[in-house]
Amino acid sequence: MELEKEILKLLEQDAKLSAKTIGVMLDKDEEKIKAVISKLEEDKIILGYNTVINWERRGEEGVTAMIDVKVLPEREVGFNSVAERVYRFPEVRCVYLMSGTYDLSVVVCGNTMKDIAWFVSHKLSTLDGVQSTVTHFILKRYKQDNFIFEEPEEDKRLVVSP
Amino acid sequence: MSSMNRFVSSVVKEIAPSGIRKFFDLVSQTEGVISLGVGEPDFVTPWHIREACFYSLEKGYTMYTSNHGLPELREEIAAYEKKRIGISYEPENEILVTVGVSEAVDLAFRTLLEPGDEVLVPEPSYVSYGPGATLAYGKAVPVPTYDEDQYRLRADVLEKCLSPRSKILVLAYPNNPTGGIMYREDLEALVDIIVKNDLIVISDEIYSELTYNGKHVSITSFPGMKDRTVLMNGFSKAYAMTGWRVGYACGHPDIIAGMTKIHQYTIMCAPIMGQKAALEALRHGEGEMRKMVDDYNHRRKLILSGFHEIGMECFEPRGAFYCFPSIKNSGMNSEDFCEQLLMEEQVAVVPGNAFGSNGEGFIRCCYAASIKNIEEALEKMGRFLYRHRNA
Repeated sequence: MELEKEILKLLEQDAKLSAKTIGVMLDKDEEKIKAVISKLEEDKIILGYNTVINWERRGEEGVTAMIDVKVLPEREVGFNSVAERVYRFPEVRCVYLMSGTYDLSVVVCGNTMKDIAWFVSHKLSTLDGVQSTVTHFILKRYKQDNFIFEEPEEDKRLVVSP
Repeated sequence: MSSMNRFVSSVVKEIAPSGIRKFFDLVSQTEGVISLGVGEPDFVTPWHIREACFYSLEKGYTMYTSNHGLPELREEIAAYEKKRIGISYEPENEILVTVGVSEAVDLAFRTLLEPGDEVLVPEPSYVSYGPGATLAYGKAVPVPTYDEDQYRLRADVLEKCLSPRSKILVLAYPNNPTGGIMYREDLEALVDIIVKNDLIVISDEIYSELTYNGKHVSITSFPGMKDRTVLMNGFSKAYAMTGWRVGYACGHPDIIAGMTKIHQYTIMCAPIMGQKAALEALRHGEGEMRKMVDDYNHRRKLILSGFHEIGMECFEPRGAFYCFPSIKNSGMNSEDFCEQLLMEEQVAVVPGNAFGSNGEGFIRCCYAASIKNIEEALEKMGRFLYRHRNA
């Protein structure tokens, strides 16, 4: 449905848009928009709403790693059962099945490098089916989910122009 | 310091300073302003266009181009105009690349006007046409357009403004400052008058990609109007490229030749960096441009609904990125309204009379601003109106 898609495109850019505002922008009444959003949530098309935060700017410590995992697929379920056992860990933010030289890409967050090292050595590499792991630590975030971290773009226009 | 005013020509002295300039100074001195007073997109030029410009600089494209503009750019312009309005222009001698549409307007006035010739300018209007005509020793004749007509130019009103000296009709639609557009039947009604009175049209179509609910119709597409029209367009608004200063004029070879003569002696050519960027915009920019137009449309609806909610009357603008609401129920004139709104609520909008005397009683609000700023500005304007209506 076209309306669903329009709503999703707007929410993808800004999850804080109210149903009222979206309704005005798309020529629909607020109740209709609320109903569509509820349905999208029920259908798990909208899974949730996050905030993109630059923790470092606040002086918070924290480490994120991207781990390449080689997995021996299992008969009937392929990579799914290993993937599931990986994504159940709360410190795992993302799990993707990849084409190319390894199979799963896992994003893990922790307070220190030690946390992540412990997770990889004790939890991840010990799983049945996991053959090898390569851990890459993120050194600096430039852009994430469409937001630029270093210097947010500011309005450079003259305040009044013809 | 002794006055050197005696050296300034009487023609220049005759021109009134822009009303916008005065207001700009005022806004610049105020802190924390939310501005709906700008006349340009809030997007930065799409990255692929900026990147194409870097590449051209790396490759050493830093020299003059042909007076007419880069041949490949003129070819792309011809293809683009053919697609946009269905008219073919010869890249060789019917297209001139200029430093923005502003230069094209100036060149056309200087090419076409004899001293005392009259230029018909529908008002409210962008600020340059009147002074441009004056500088070319012509005389600007305002032709009023009205809120109740959604600022479409009416044939009967135009006829009343004609004189034996009438020579040029300026059509600038979608319109800055009103957001009004001309429908096919509105233009059709003008064609007879234009031909009968042997007028030539300057059609400034810089906002033509920014129309909502329907495509822009160009006067050039009516039979016999191609030769009678100098079509002007550019990249500033559709591709968010205001600072690059690239525009163009298309028209009859005789007129383009005249304009090129002035252009070659005064400007030489539009900057090559801008021309290279414009080339990239035409070749690969349509997707990004459509996205920006969708975005403007959302915000257009948002601001319009906001005005209705706070009790400001405003017709539905179908083009550009401006609204032109009435402030009559505030009991103030537009300049006082804008100054007080700025002082009390730190919201900048432009007084309607900066665009001609019949813009009095209205303000121009640009919705090329973030949703957050639009919503906040509306709230503040609502508060302001409430206070003054009940004062």
